[in-house]
Amino acid sequence: MLERLKNHPTVSPYLAGGKTVEYAAHLVTEGGYDMIPTLYRDNVLVAGDAAALVMNLGFTIRGMDLVIESGRLAAETIIAAKEAGDYSAATLSKYKTALDNSFVMKDMQHFRKMPKFIENHRIFEQYPGMIDEIMSGLFIMHGQEPVKFKKKAMAAVKKVGMMNLLKDGMNGMGAM
Amino acid sequence: MAMSIDDKLGLNRFHADKSYPHITVNQSFTDVKEIERVVMACPAKLYSYNDGKIGFNHEGCLECGTCRVLSGGKVVESWNHPQGGMGVEFRHG
Repeated sequence: MLERLKNHPTVSPYLAGGKTVEYAAHLVTEGGYDMIPTLYRDNVLVAGDAAALVMNLGFTIRGMDLVIESGRLAAETIIAAKEAGDYSAATLSKYKTALDNSFVMKDMQHFRKMPKFIENHRIFEQYPGMIDEIMSGLFIMHGQEPVKFKKKAMAAVKKVGMMNLLKDGMNGMGAM
Repeated sequence: MAMSIDDKLGLNRFHADKSYPHITVNQSFTDVKEIERVVMACPAKLYSYNDGKIGFNHEGCLECGTCRVLSGGKVVESWNHPQGGMGVEFRHG
């Protein structure tokens, strides 16, 4: 799929002369707050996605800001540990305290329910179709008889189910 | 010009751990459609299916987790990262 994208006539001119230097892939930890592992031990600190600091919010995936801040706080902890000549877990625990007080942990906790919410298959299977149908009803003109927008929209919603829509909407708001 | 999978894997640095296959396959799994999905999905083309036998070579693994997410507990019996320092070494992040 990636090869087809790269060779597409719209895309390939921008890549002309480029050279592939590595073929990479990565398994990203998106379990959210409940997946966060032990963050420090003697001589060890864990930051970024190794610490499960990733938030898949559906409309965006955050990890960059979390790794930058957790990396920064880890560095500060290490500098202090170096000055004290002490890399024990007790000293390194300051890293977790700093994380807990920062937007990193606060945001991770705030969106704790998101991973579970996103497991709802309707989000990927039915809602895109529903939105597509509503938008098509709004924008595609083919000389059809006028139909009240409400009727068209409700037809699209009925396919997903009003109860499902309401339930998912409430769960979504709750998870946000 | 499309690069082949082998060309792309050839760009990477690997530290093969022949003694520890970090991913194991369940040979007694027989759902052919499921097996073929995993064969197709692996971005390093490490899975094969010939004469009713599932082939898998762990040495070119990119640790992307696709097979685990697709078929963990079915075609994939166990999925772990290689031992520290072994397996693929990404030099570009």
